[in-house]
Amino acid sequence: MTCQDLADFIIDYVEEKLPDVQRTTFEEHLAVCPSCIEYLKSYRTTKMVLDDLGCDAQERVPSEVPEDLVNAILAARKVAED
Amino acid sequence: MSDTQTPLLDRLRLGDDAAYEELVRENTPRLLAVARRFLRNEEDARDAVQEGFMSAFKALPRFEGGSQVSTWLHRIVVNASLMKLRTKKRKPERSIEDLLPSYKEDGHPQEFFEAWRETGHDGAVREEERSMVRDAIDELPDNYRNVLLLRDIEGIDTSETARLLDLTPGAVKTRLHRARLALRQLLDPYFREATA
Repeated sequence: MTCQDLADFIIDYVEEKLPDVQRTTFEEHLAVCPSCIEYLKSYRTTKMVLDDLGCDAQERVPSEVPEDLVNAILAARKVAED
Repeated sequence: MSDTQTPLLDRLRLGDDAAYEELVRENTPRLLAVARRFLRNEEDARDAVQEGFMSAFKALPRFEGGSQVSTWLHRIVVNASLMKLRTKKRKPERSIEDLLPSYKEDGHPQEFFEAWRETGHDGAVREEERSMVRDAIDELPDNYRNVLLLRDIEGIDTSETARLLDLTPGAVKTRLHRARLALRQLLDPYFREATA
């Protein structure tokens, strides 16, 4: 396995979906390639910051209700009904 | 269907104005935040939310309550946002190939990958990092950015993402893979230990 091959398989490796044979080859490459160890770590960090952003997006709901938009939607409903 | 939403659905189906106001008032802030993430433009985001609600009102008789009303509305507004994105004149985009690491013929990278520092624990630093990650996501080509937003930010599964984007699940997986690799590459200058 080359460094380029490793990048191709990284999503399945991180999500633990790589078949055993490929996982072994993946880990054999990591054992002799410090650059790919850093690549894997940085990929995991990328996924971690994405997960953090996703959690932040779900949890941080704006408290302020945009009254003008609410009124516009309700008015448009009335027009559509008529 | 939960006990709390059944009465609301019943009232909506009876055309109760107060029920419609309750539905719109409770869900608009969250849905507007969703549309802003996709559209990056306040006017477009507001239009998408309004169009989403109008679609939902029309579809209400067919809503069987298999999911929460809030989840159902979320999918409708995501779809309205994606539709609006398709009709917008796109700015010139970088090719995804330009955002991926390049390799020599023997499979070694053109530049060795360097260690990254830890992400911030302090609130202000984390907020700065989030802002930087959002900016980096916005640099991805739309076809890849949309998949990343749907899967990793909105938490929509592969098959639903495929349906929303009219892609096969395999294509969604490939685009997500390349989008994450490109994002890693865009974040590299910021997180490299040497620049910390």
